[in-house]
Amino acid sequence: MSLTRQDVEKIAHLARLSITEEQMPVYVSSLSSIVDFVAELSRVETGSVQPMAHPLDGQRQRLRQDEVTETDHRDKYQANAPSVQAGLYVVPRVIE
Amino acid sequence: MLHNHSIGELADRLAAGQISSVELTGHFLARIERLNPGLNALITLTTEQALESAAAADRRLAAGERGRLLGIPLIHKDIFCTDGVRTSCGSRILDNFIAPYDATVVTRLKAAGAVMLGKANMDEFAMGSSNETSFYGPVRNPWDTTRVPGGSSGGSAAAMGARLAPFCTGTDTGGSIRQPAALTGVTGIKPTYGRVSRYGMIAFASSLDQAGVLTRTAADAAAVLEIMAGFDPKDSTSVDVPVPDYPALLEQPLKGLRIGLLREFFDGLEARNAALIEEALRVYRSLGAKTMEVSLPHLPLSVPTYYVVAPAECSSNLSRFDGVRYGYRCAQPKDLTDLYKRSRGEGFGAEVKRRIMTGTYVLSAGYFDAYYLKAQKVRRLITEDFRAAFQKVDLLVGPTTPTPAFAIGAKIDDPVTMYLNDIYTIGANLAGLPGMSVPCGFIDGLPMGLQLIGPHFSEDRLLGAAHQFQRATRWHEKVPGGYE
Repeated sequence: MSLTRQDVEKIAHLARLSITEEQMPVYVSSLSSIVDFVAELSRVETGSVQPMAHPLDGQRQRLRQDEVTETDHRDKYQANAPSVQAGLYVVPRVIE
Repeated sequence: MLHNHSIGELADRLAAGQISSVELTGHFLARIERLNPGLNALITLTTEQALESAAAADRRLAAGERGRLLGIPLIHKDIFCTDGVRTSCGSRILDNFIAPYDATVVTRLKAAGAVMLGKANMDEFAMGSSNETSFYGPVRNPWDTTRVPGGSSGGSAAAMGARLAPFCTGTDTGGSIRQPAALTGVTGIKPTYGRVSRYGMIAFASSLDQAGVLTRTAADAAAVLEIMAGFDPKDSTSVDVPVPDYPALLEQPLKGLRIGLLREFFDGLEARNAALIEEALRVYRSLGAKTMEVSLPHLPLSVPTYYVVAPAECSSNLSRFDGVRYGYRCAQPKDLTDLYKRSRGEGFGAEVKRRIMTGTYVLSAGYFDAYYLKAQKVRRLITEDFRAAFQKVDLLVGPTTPTPAFAIGAKIDDPVTMYLNDIYTIGANLAGLPGMSVPCGFIDGLPMGLQLIGPHFSEDRLLGAAHQFQRATRWHEKVPGGYE
């Protein structure tokens, strides 16, 4: 196994994912096999090759005038929220 | 029967008043009601809304308006936001999500008068090659319901194979239109990166995702893509290049067209699959094309490159699902971290969690250079290989998939084996190139696809080459038993 249980626990924490006890060994083994599989890339000679982030090389990000183009949809958007009060999203208490 | 007509034929009948859009919509809704329970291809039906849109299309037709898609029914992959209609992306985490706006693709098709019948099942967040990762259960292949339809646009593909709509939208990040199109005997096109707006299309891997369409024929795909494509200021990756009149360009002569056969795709290719591709090349030569072998030496690295880049981008994109603003929230969170972790842990399925964790790992301190940066460099080498090949040839061809549709459950426990299903399709996504799959024959009674890949913005050439292949062959007319 290229990843240990501790590695996977750390990754799951960084990704904010709860993993159940019984699922943990499955993730240790499948993530290890994926990491082993992609390790093939380390054998490729890439020297001075420039990394490629997306296929639109040469396209510049467009800018637009800083003008209001959207109207207020707060109520419609918040209709999907699990918990809302007075137009605000409610989460468990963060500051005591 | 109506469901075996092309979009062009249906539009002609609507224009001539031989049939109304309400009747046509009713015909497909009845088929869906009868046949969908055996396939699980659709997960939301919008019957009432469909009949209203059809009546509106009939009024436009009666007023003398004409359009290639006016009054034509369709099914949207459930990755496209549809205002007021549940948009789940195949996930428990969005099971209760009612989209508050339309994706640009949805807006454009609506404006053209196309009639949405419902939303198609899919692999959760488009992560899968078999449509088995959906929260709503697997989709079945109409050619053999013990087999997968491919994925991630598996619901769209099964619906097309079973003739449940004249066309279905799809998305393709690593083959998710072309692979299921091949495995269900239908036509699918993934356009150039940036050709179709992604506004309102739920993001998986932003440097790879592209919207497209699944249809019976290349001519139908041309009619739909002409409406879907085009610049959208709401999508920063949308490219401002004029959209050609694809249907008018289908007959561009193939004489002298240089078709490259991808040597790397034939290494280890099953003999019967290779024979189908050889036969397709013979058809192209009879149509006047010239065929030659070309080599893309870095292409075999596509799958490992993709399985670094795509999970990395997905781990970032899916961080928005936090149980706070929309979607699933766990019961009785004890604090905010617990709310995040359990909402995501319970809301996402196993494959999505695996990809988020893979992405988190390759982006984490100490591993970024070795995995992510390395993959981005190999991605450029693969892209340069394509660029060099297109100096010598106009189109590249090969198989769409290594095998026909496999049994439900056969590969789901072994992610790396599953990932290798996309070995032939991923290259086009890494390089941002347009790709198509068209039916080219059968293995053991199951359909197979011929893949066409072209340079950036060569959709007209791909569609024309596919259309003329379909005039010379009959594979695209085959319908699975029970769905005639």
